[in-house]
Amino acid sequence: MLENFLPNVDWQDMWAATLETIYMTAMATFFTFVIGLILGIVLFLTQPHQAWANSVVNWLTGALVNIFRSIPFIILIILLIPFTQFLIGTIRGPNAALPALIIGAAPFYARLVLIALKEIDKGVLEAARSMGATTWTVIRKVLLPESLPALVSGITVTAIALVGYTAMAGVIGAGGLGTLAFLDGFQRNRGDVTLTATVVILVIVFVIQYIGDFLTVRIDKR
Amino acid sequence: MIELTNLTKKYQTDKGVLTAVDDVSLSIEKGEIFGIIGYSGAGKSTLIRLLNGLEKPTAGSVEIQDQKISAIRGKQLRQARQKVSMIFQHFNLLWSRTVKENIEFPLEIAGVPKSARSTRALELIELVGLAGRENAYPSQLSGGQKQRVGIARALANDPEVLLCDEATSALDPQTTDSILDLLVSINERLGLTIVLITHEMHVIRKICHRVAVMEAGKVVELGDVLTIFQSPREPITKRFVAQVTEAQGAEETVRRLREAYPAGELVRLGFIGEQTEEPVLTELIRNHPVDVNIIQGNISRTHGGAYGTLILQLKGPDSEIRSAISFLENRQVQTEVISGA
Ligand SMILES: Nc1ncnc2c1ncn2[C@@H]1O[C@H](COP(=O)(O)OP(=O)(O)OP(=O)(O)O)[C@@H](O)[C@H]1O
Ligand SMILES: [Mg+2]
Repeated sequence: MLENFLPNVDWQDMWAATLETIYMTAMATFFTFVIGLILGIVLFLTQPHQAWANSVVNWLTGALVNIFRSIPFIILIILLIPFTQFLIGTIRGPNAALPALIIGAAPFYARLVLIALKEIDKGVLEAARSMGATTWTVIRKVLLPESLPALVSGITVTAIALVGYTAMAGVIGAGGLGTLAFLDGFQRNRGDVTLTATVVILVIVFVIQYIGDFLTVRIDKR
Repeated sequence: MIELTNLTKKYQTDKGVLTAVDDVSLSIEKGEIFGIIGYSGAGKSTLIRLLNGLEKPTAGSVEIQDQKISAIRGKQLRQARQKVSMIFQHFNLLWSRTVKENIEFPLEIAGVPKSARSTRALELIELVGLAGRENAYPSQLSGGQKQRVGIARALANDPEVLLCDEATSALDPQTTDSILDLLVSINERLGLTIVLITHEMHVIRKICHRVAVMEAGKVVELGDVLTIFQSPREPITKRFVAQVTEAQGAEETVRRLREAYPAGELVRLGFIGEQTEEPVLTELIRNHPVDVNIIQGNISRTHGGAYGTLILQLKGPDSEIRSAISFLENRQVQTEVISGA
């Protein structure tokens, strides 16, 4: 039945491309989460009056984050080609896409983390300090749990952006649904392949959004 | 127990140097409930934050139990803070934790093992009257209940001093009273020293033993609550005392009362601790053939006796009214004839 509507779709290829897209998105989301979180916490704690107050570090981190956040992703990929070649040994395939995906998304997430941390009631931080908490305890037991809903909804937005980035990376050969839609679909004039790849990408996005919303609601006790 | 010596805190602001706490020296005894009252911006919060080292003094020193809080830092200061705990106007609970987990937080900081944490938290939940709510989240509690959690949390590590920064200012009068009662019972049962700051004189009146009045960073008057109420010296202190001993909008009230009760004599009695009002009134009625009509009253009981005012209408022959008034004056009740018929 489906063959009639979508004559050119090779379901095995489609499935393999889907897995590649999921792989790239998952890996990139994971590293973006870790790196973005660290950057966000550094940005927060080096602000004036905070535990690591340090205007130089704060300024440098902020500048770094802002610069990388502002470079269009497609240009970032090209700029990073030598770096990727050096790090991964190739510039093709899902793993080769990861450095650009992470470097593109982590600064974006770092900003979201900073916003989430700034939302925390200052009184709660003061209470923790008045109990004799170390900065490490404050990070683990106050900053992270108290901002968790915002951190989760932030990483959801970021993961969805990353799905889009993987598709863009696909155009220059990262693999996944982007490559399939571009090389197999667009360049060979097979509209049904492009359409199917698009639908699969939409499904992935909706699933990520659903999981993110579900978790956010579950953990928010405010 | 707590010794402040020439304590000064200056802030650098855009408009120059601001002296938030100005050369304050005072000592607070062990087991005392010590009140600090002042208007907004007087420097009360700054002073209390100097006590647990949340702020470092510009000059002078803070000593608690022979430990110079103002001189220690790092690990030593963090450990000292476990013995000088604090409750806040806006409770400052972690919304992501249940009541029990909130109370366990300071115990986690102190490195108490899990099972001991749990036992201690349940004990404290019992103490502050929240049994049954241990698994509720702060968002499910009323303001008064949240402050009870705040108090339980502050008591977790068996502190020697409890600092209260406007701990009842976000609560309604009834809840305020119940929280103050809880503080008194903790003070009596555990022998805890309590330093309490507020801008409401009735809080001072209700539970404090001694009070310091702060104005523009300085302590302008300090003494027994009773003495301060009986003979306030500074104008600002008089204003605070008037907050509780005078009916609100005194002049207006008097005019209206006069219109409503044109007959006889209106007398305002001020009770300032020690004597209770009943024997005075009983004697007044027994021994003087006058009609006594209570028009307005505002009396509250504290450990120091009864405080407040009572407005009476005395009706009868002039001579009897006069003798009734002189009886009241002799009983050391502040008596003021508001109007004659
Ligand atoms: N970190 C700071 N930097 C600059 N000025 C400050 C700082 N903290 C307090 N101040 C100033 O110090 C003065 C005293 O403030 P403080 O908070 O101690 O007053 P308060 O008596 O607690 O008032 P309130 O009843 O409003 O809480 C105020 O003028 C305030 O603006
Ligand atoms: Mg204050």
